[in-house]
Parts: sequence; structure tokens; C-alpha cells
Amino acid sequence: MAANSFHDALFKFVTRAFAFLVFSLLAAIMVSLLYGSQETLLKYGLSFLWTNEWDPVQSEFGALVPVIGTLLTSLVALAIAIPVSFGIAMFLTELAPAWLRRPVGTAIEMLAAIPSIIYGMWGLFVFVPFFQEYVQPGLIAALSPLPYVGVLFSGAPFGIGIFTAGLILSIMITPFIAAVMRDVFELVPPMLKESAYGLGGSTWEVMWKIVLPFTRSGVIGGVMLGLGRALGETMAVTFVIGNAFQMPNSIFSPGNSIASALANEFNEAGGMQKSALIELGLILFLITTVVLALAKMMLMRMDRAEGKKS
Amino acid sequence: MNINVKLTLTPPTSAIRADNWVYKRRYLTNKLMLGLSLAALVFGLFWLCWILSVLLIKGGGSLSMTLLTESTPPPGQAGGLLNAIMGSFVMVGVGTLIGTPVGILAGTYLAEYGQRGWLAPATRFLNDVLLSAPSIVIGLFIYAIYVSQVGHYSGWAGSFALAILVIPVVVRTTDNMLMLVPNGLREACFALGCPKWRMIVLVSYRAARSGIITGILLAVARVAGETAPLLFTALNNQFMSFNMNKPLANLPVVIFQFAASPFKDWNTLAWAGATLITLAVLLLNIVARNMFRKH
Repeated sequence: MAANSFHDALFKFVTRAFAFLVFSLLAAIMVSLLYGSQETLLKYGLSFLWTNEWDPVQSEFGALVPVIGTLLTSLVALAIAIPVSFGIAMFLTELAPAWLRRPVGTAIEMLAAIPSIIYGMWGLFVFVPFFQEYVQPGLIAALSPLPYVGVLFSGAPFGIGIFTAGLILSIMITPFIAAVMRDVFELVPPMLKESAYGLGGSTWEVMWKIVLPFTRSGVIGGVMLGLGRALGETMAVTFVIGNAFQMPNSIFSPGNSIASALANEFNEAGGMQKSALIELGLILFLITTVVLALAKMMLMRMDRAEGKKS
Repeated sequence: MNINVKLTLTPPTSAIRADNWVYKRRYLTNKLMLGLSLAALVFGLFWLCWILSVLLIKGGGSLSMTLLTESTPPPGQAGGLLNAIMGSFVMVGVGTLIGTPVGILAGTYLAEYGQRGWLAPATRFLNDVLLSAPSIVIGLFIYAIYVSQVGHYSGWAGSFALAILVIPVVVRTTDNMLMLVPNGLREACFALGCPKWRMIVLVSYRAARSGIITGILLAVARVAGETAPLLFTALNNQFMSFNMNKPLANLPVVIFQFAASPFKDWNTLAWAGATLITLAVLLLNIVARNMFRKH
């Protein structure tokens, strides 16, 4: 008996130790990045965030361009991915016949399984030439004369740039958002939907006025999850964003993101530049951690609401 | 649960309905939105088909045995990807071997001991954040704590980075799968006088086995294609090597370098490698999913 309780305590201790290891991993990453970036942290302080300069020769660094690039590409990605994911989730839960749901759902999930570098290669060598030749000139001609927003779409058709990166990101995050949306849509009590149908609602009205309000926090959680993915995506963006340390003046201009700056420059960097790059990594990690934590909280609220009703 | 209620509006046939513009508008909005929903699906599948067909066309032609028998060549010469494939196998293997036990044990704590106390809910929360954390930052982390300390890139560093990516996936699936094990099984085991650790090993793990293995396979599929964390850890090696203390060739980084190079043979090899890795990852995903479904 004594041996048993010793083994029990040992087993519990070991599993607890590993749980604690996982628990402390996030803090360890944070501390190591803080330590690695101390040079620039001490030199620039917070002004690093809004300094628009990246000059390895003069050893002057600021994070503004990559931070803006990261946020812009992710916004473009969300703008495309949210409606598309909603459409896919609606198709999978409301429209598709039962036999079609599994194969189609799996196919969409395969989009998430394709490695990021494949998106990058395909993007640079197949999509960009096509887009530059056939689509972008038309988009620029059609959208740039618009008042106010037109300037966003002006510029030369480079093919590569913020918009292309955002579009490819949107393809990559769609499966994540769609999967969460589908899962939360399935949580809606059938009674609720049937009542709405019984009153004569159309499929769209049930979706928009019953299902979506009921699952709001879950849907927002899914979108935040997609945003977290988009912010940190590296290889696909590195191939197509253009890697230019300059302020983008339209969504078609080349730019840079935090992750692609890291992928391109880190191995050749030394001293101050290395420290600046690690600080970029730290900024990226902080942003994604906050976004993902919010996503998780929204999804937990959804779960709790569900628990209360059943 | 899956009662599929399909009560759509009927087309405006009668004279009263045809004149009723509110009704007409609702009818048309519904049709439009259902059409857009279908369009969204086609939009998603369109990219999948485009990417897969490009891979098969550009890379499928150059898939041959030499890929598996020769190492990466200098520019202008013929060669294969043997060293990169072996390097990837070694690092993914070692990364999985390190990450899996850590993940399973931590997941066990969350599911079996986590009913009380702060550690389990907090770890579950942070683990979900880690699950989607940018992989390039994980590479940076290993660079900071390992590569910069020992002073050189190495296969070990690459394996450690991959292990950190494996851990959250395995923790999550282990936790979820153990939670699905019915408590009646546990109680039956206790009733026979079994200590808790034997109950977990003999009953819980066995009941959740296929789910846990699925999680490991999905973790392998996820890290096999990861490029970003290897850039600052394993780097690359032009030659065949099994020395884990030296830079180690691996498929994703070779693809990255060869794709961006100006040499034609290298580009061809990059496409062949891309096709190889995508097919492997997709296959692994499908196998993992089907395995779980059978049980």
C-alpha cells in the first residue's frame, strides 16, 4: 500500500511538473526575447515603435514599417476571409446535403494543412505573374478614381505587395475561421431555428437574425484566432510582400512585415540589427499573444453560455 | 441532433405575392445570399485545386528516384534531395520524440488531476495561445537560449524548435481525448483497488489511445512543413550529414533557398521538393483523420 501511494504521488508530481513546464513556456519565450533585445530596448525605449527608419549601415532602427505592414496585411486578410468563412460555414451547416458535408469540410481543412512555404512559392511564381498581368491593372483602373478611398488603390502594378500578401493570408486563415464558425453554428439549439422557420423565415434570415446573434462571441473568437494566425505567418508573406523597408502608400505597394523581416535579415544581422530584429519578434509575440488570449476568452464565453442553457 | 429543417420560401406564384415587394425582396435576398454562400465555398476550393494542380504539373514531372538517391547539387549540376529528406526525417523524428512525452504527461495532468487548483486551467489557456503562436518566434526563442549560447546552428536546435511546436498540439489532443473517457471506466478500475496512476496507464490511456495517436500524427504533419523555425536553428547543409551538432539540411529550408535562387536546376528541385512535402503532409493528415474515425 505504501509503495502504491508513493507511486501515485510520484506520477502526479511528474505530470504536474510537465504541466508546469508548458505553463512557463510562454513566459520563458517572453523573457528570452526581452533579454535578446536589451540593446535596442535600452537605446530607443518605446520610441522604437513609431520610428520610421531601418538603416543597418548607420545602425538606426525603428519598427514602424514592419508593424504597419503586419497589421495591414492581416486586415486585408480578415476583410476577405471573414465573409468567405461565413459563407463556407453557412454552406456546411445549412445548405449542404449530409453526404457532402464531410468531404467538402475535409477539403477546406486541407487548405490549412498545406505548408506555408508552398503558399509562398505558388504565390510568387504562379499567382503574382497572373495577378500582375490580368487582374491588378483592371483593379487599379477601376478603384483608383474613387473619391477618398481611391488613393489606397493607386500605384503601379507590381504584382507583389501588401494586397497580394493579404490575399494569400486570407486563403490560409479561412479554414481556421470557417472551422470555428461551423462548430459554433452547430451549437445553436434546433428549437430556436425551427421556431424561426415556423414563423416563415428564410434560410438567410434564420442565419443572419437567429444563428449569428446567438453565436456572436464564438464567431468573434474564431475571427480573432484567424487574426492571430495571419499576424505571425512567415514564409508565405516573405515570398510575396516585396521586403521593402518603406512606408506603403497604397495597398498595392511593396512593404514588409515583422515575420518576413526576421526571415530575411536575421541570419546576416549582427549586433544592433540582431537586437532590433529580436525586439520585432518580441512585439509580434506580444501582439499575437494578446489577440489569441482574447480569442480564447471569447470562445470560453461561448462555451459557458452553451453550458448554462443545456 | 442533426435534424435538417428545410423550409424555404416558395417562389412568388400567386398574384398577391407577386405584387408584394416585401415578400419579393426577402425571396431575392435569400436566393442571393445562398448563392454567395456557394460562391464562397467555390472560392475556397478554387485555391486548393489551383495550388495542387500547379504542384503536380511543376513538380510531378521531376519526381524521380534520383531525388531519393543523391544529395543537393551545386548549381548547374544534377542531383537530388536525399540529404534534405534525411535531415527533415531526423529532425521531425527527434522533435516528435522530445515533444510527445512532454505533451502527453502535461495533458494527463490537465485531464486527470486538473479538477482543482489554478495550474490546470491556466496551463490549458496558455497552451491554446502557444498552439497558434507564430512559429518564427519559436525559432527566435531557441536561437536565443541555445544557438547563441553554443555559438553555432545545429540539428539539435532545429529539433528543439520543432519539439516546442509539437507540445501544444499533443497537450490539447491528449487533454481532450482523456476527457472523453467515461468516468464509469475509471470508477470500475478504482473499485478493483487500483491506484490512480495504474488506472491512468491501464484504462485512460488505452481508452483514449487512437485519439492521442491522431494528435501525434497531426503534430508531425504540422511540423514537417515548418520552415520559419528552422531558419535560425538548423539552417542548412549542402552535404549528407547526421551530425546533430552541425547545421543540418532539411527539406523546407532547401525549398526556400532553391526556389529563390537564379539557377534553373535548383528551381526544378525546389518544385519537386514542394510537391513531395505537400503530398506527404496531406497524406498524413488524411490518415490521421481516418484513423480516429474508425475507433
